[in-house]
Amino acid sequence: MIEFIREGLERFRSFFKKRELDSDFENEVSSHLEMAVEENLKRGMSAEEARRQALVSFGGVEQAKELHRDARGLPFLDSLRQDLRHTLRSLKRDRGFALVAVLILGVGIGANTAVFSVVNTILLRPLPFQDAQQLVWIAPPPTNCGFSCETYSADAFEEFQAQNQSFQDVAGYFAFSTEDNFRLSGRGEPVPATGILVSGNFFQVLGVQPSLGRLFAPDDARKGSQPVALLANAYWKRQFDADPAIVGKAIDLNGQPVTVVGVLPPSFDFGAVFSPGEKVDLFAPMILDDAREWGNILTMIGRLKAGVGLAQAQADVNLVMPQLYFNAKRPNSKGFYRATLTPLKTYVTGRLRGPLMMLWCAVGAILLIVCVNLSNLLLARAATRSKEFALRSALGAGRLRLLRQLLTESLVLSTTGAVLGLGLAAAITSFLAHQGAIALPLLGDVRVDGTALAWTVLVTVAVAVLFGVVPGLKVSAGNLHDSLKDAGPGMSEGRKHERVRAALVISEVALACVLTVGAGLLLRSFLRVLDVDLGFQPARSAAIKVDYDGRAKPEKRNATFREILSHVEAIPGVETAGMVDFLPLGRNRAWGDVRVKGKVYRPGEAPNPLVYVVTPGFFRAMGIRLLAGRDFSWDDGPNSRKVIILNEATAQALWPDGNAVGRAAVASGRDATVIGVVSDVRETSVEGSAGWQVYYPVTQEQPEGAKLVVRSKLPPQTLAPEVLRTLRDLNPNQPAAAFEPIQQIVDHAVSPRRFFMLLVTSFGLFGLILASLGIYGVISYSVTRRRQEIGIRMALGASPSNVLLMVIRATLRLALAGICLGVLVALAVARLIASLLYGIAPADPVTFAATLIILGCVALAAGFLPARRAAKVQPMSALRAN
Amino acid sequence: MSKEKLDLLQGTLDLMVLRTLAAMGPLHGYGLARRIEQVSGDQVLLNQGTIYASLVRLQQRGLISARWGTSEGGRRAKFYSLTRPGAKGLGEEAENWQRLSAVIERVLALPEGGPSR
Repeated sequence: MIEFIREGLERFRSFFKKRELDSDFENEVSSHLEMAVEENLKRGMSAEEARRQALVSFGGVEQAKELHRDARGLPFLDSLRQDLRHTLRSLKRDRGFALVAVLILGVGIGANTAVFSVVNTILLRPLPFQDAQQLVWIAPPPTNCGFSCETYSADAFEEFQAQNQSFQDVAGYFAFSTEDNFRLSGRGEPVPATGILVSGNFFQVLGVQPSLGRLFAPDDARKGSQPVALLANAYWKRQFDADPAIVGKAIDLNGQPVTVVGVLPPSFDFGAVFSPGEKVDLFAPMILDDAREWGNILTMIGRLKAGVGLAQAQADVNLVMPQLYFNAKRPNSKGFYRATLTPLKTYVTGRLRGPLMMLWCAVGAILLIVCVNLSNLLLARAATRSKEFALRSALGAGRLRLLRQLLTESLVLSTTGAVLGLGLAAAITSFLAHQGAIALPLLGDVRVDGTALAWTVLVTVAVAVLFGVVPGLKVSAGNLHDSLKDAGPGMSEGRKHERVRAALVISEVALACVLTVGAGLLLRSFLRVLDVDLGFQPARSAAIKVDYDGRAKPEKRNATFREILSHVEAIPGVETAGMVDFLPLGRNRAWGDVRVKGKVYRPGEAPNPLVYVVTPGFFRAMGIRLLAGRDFSWDDGPNSRKVIILNEATAQALWPDGNAVGRAAVASGRDATVIGVVSDVRETSVEGSAGWQVYYPVTQEQPEGAKLVVRSKLPPQTLAPEVLRTLRDLNPNQPAAAFEPIQQIVDHAVSPRRFFMLLVTSFGLFGLILASLGIYGVISYSVTRRRQEIGIRMALGASPSNVLLMVIRATLRLALAGICLGVLVALAVARLIASLLYGIAPADPVTFAATLIILGCVALAAGFLPARRAAKVQPMSALRAN
Repeated sequence: MSKEKLDLLQGTLDLMVLRTLAAMGPLHGYGLARRIEQVSGDQVLLNQGTIYASLVRLQQRGLISARWGTSEGGRRAKFYSLTRPGAKGLGEEAENWQRLSAVIERVLALPEGGPSR
């Protein structure tokens, strides 16, 4: 045994000492021969005969060297090295081909690695929490009333914690924190910060360890305790210059000193998991005793006990939920809760499974096209090299040896492409990771990691085999005799060859067709989404968070609001301004209900509408259409009759006769008159339908914060300084919050769709380019090969335009075959992605017609150049050429 | 080359080399080749060059060692000698070979014409 290990090591060493060992052996051989000659001379031979006999007994000197090398070294690696050297030499000779091949491969492999990194981060990797598979999202089955129907009251939360049998612990966070809900002051200008209130055990349940200080303790969440906060790592670095001594210091939040107890690790990004595309700066403990009367406010996340499955936990939850009180002080508030358990991972990324799978398939299709394209290029090259291979096999190279040589070539190409591709993928992923505006979970974590690297290696090898093997078999199976005999380009050498290439091009066109159809469908869906009547007009509106004293008396607060509005409206360029507590497509809340006065309702029959508390002028500022009745006015005071405005859907549902204005309603238990009806606002998402929405005047209800919405002809960035200065003049505490165009909010909401659409469209474009390259290659080659034939035709009277048409007809035949095949496949594929489309049928005729036209034009363009070349053939020179 | 000469079985050359070195002490490649030819009475088909593949293999396995020296004719030559593991290996190989050849002999001694005829 040891002998063989030793031999292996020695062989390995010898492999690297080839030159030294070769010369040593050469010395040995010459000494051998000299001794043999000497002995032969002694036997009385002539000098010449002595030398000849010595050589005969020795056998071939070269063969002996070869045997020696094989016996001592690594013959496999030797031939690999030979193949590599040969490959590099032949690629250097054919620089254009090598460059095109590596570029195509680089883009193909790069796109695959990048998409894999995204898929891996979002779908395949577990969430960045400890034992993330134990975490479960606990929420009521989906409804149409936004966050309020996805959450639980403080009482229900505590009761559930106590009564369930399946969870180690249950945590939650306050679902209604809005962006920039904190004001950090005491360090120059006041700046806005986004904070989330979390249950005291939130980080413990997720298994997050602080990088500085400590997490919240149970005492921190008790009423009357010292206010504390945890900082997100990025915020700590940005706002506090990564101050290592921050723990224990007090910071001024909303005019109150809050002690920083710790800093969270960089790996924890609340926004990336729970509200994609949003930045969260700090966390404070939710004091449940303060929130008992706030209604449904908390999300629930549970950590399953070891060994408890989802079904078992669901059974437990089904028993516990109906026992919970909405409010423990009200005995009749029991029994309204239900819950569906979803693995947290599914909650966060589940709805992206479809789009991501589609993306993965699309990029796979790109890779296939790349392979087909390269197969084609290699075949064209092989045609010109067939004689080289015939010669080599005549000289004794085995079929396997030739195949190996060709596979080495394709491996070299694909590896070089992969290196380029990895660079590309790294650039793409780092670009994506910094796209904060794309509302995709975990996107910030996307990078080319070890798994992606392994995937790339796999892809690289698969690609090399895939595109190398067809030409390889073709070449190595070539008939030696025919190849050597085939003396010139005029021979019928390539009929079969050309059929293979045509088949490759057809499949390439078909794949490109499928991709184009897919991209077209997504693009059309996206345009449809952009065309959706949102119920408000985002263009020319912008919003800013307004700071005010939340503890002021309503009269005082309203006076402040009025003053702010009149000052802002006085800014040149401002058309109108208004305020609201929740903007569409962001956080929202629902409470109470609206009923027709006098009608009797079964419990739970009247749905919970989304509620907005607005100032007069808000509808105009937001571009929400007033369909009937009037807007609120400052005269709808606290003591005058209560008034509400409904959205169309609510008005229609309550008074189907279409005459809601002036009717008496009961809104959250109080009599109110409907004074107006406004358009339905796409509240929770651009694509979903609008549910019930009720507007209360700020003069009669308590708003939860205020956003100033300004409508103006001027672009928001021009207006922003003026607006902020006006707010600062009125309230020095106003933080430098962002003046956000409403369009940006809409863009944010449609960003995932835009993301997938853009990626698939760029794949489609790349596919088209490759397909046109493929068509061009085949047609151009066939024109070159048939130069003589064309010459004969022209000599016999065919005009250049006849020839042009002939070539173009051939091109279109090829393209049409591909398109037909592609359309069939595309019809099936379109049905598979039907759930990702919006507002169009999977068999959308416009998309299919457009694809047909685009592919036809691309084919025409690709065929035109060789066709013109064919038309310019001079019959005489073509005939003489051979 | 006459057809009557024997083709060498895989590994037999190695055994011959080891045995010859054991008998003669250190030898260079030419000497070894000549010696094997003489012993076999020119019955073995041996390209002298092929002996070097065998030598380098045995050397890598540590069964023989090599050293440049001077021949009796005053010429520089590479001398091979048996190492201690080589001597041990030779014993085992020789025994294997004898057992194998005994078996072959018995097989060949079977009478011709089986029951199927």
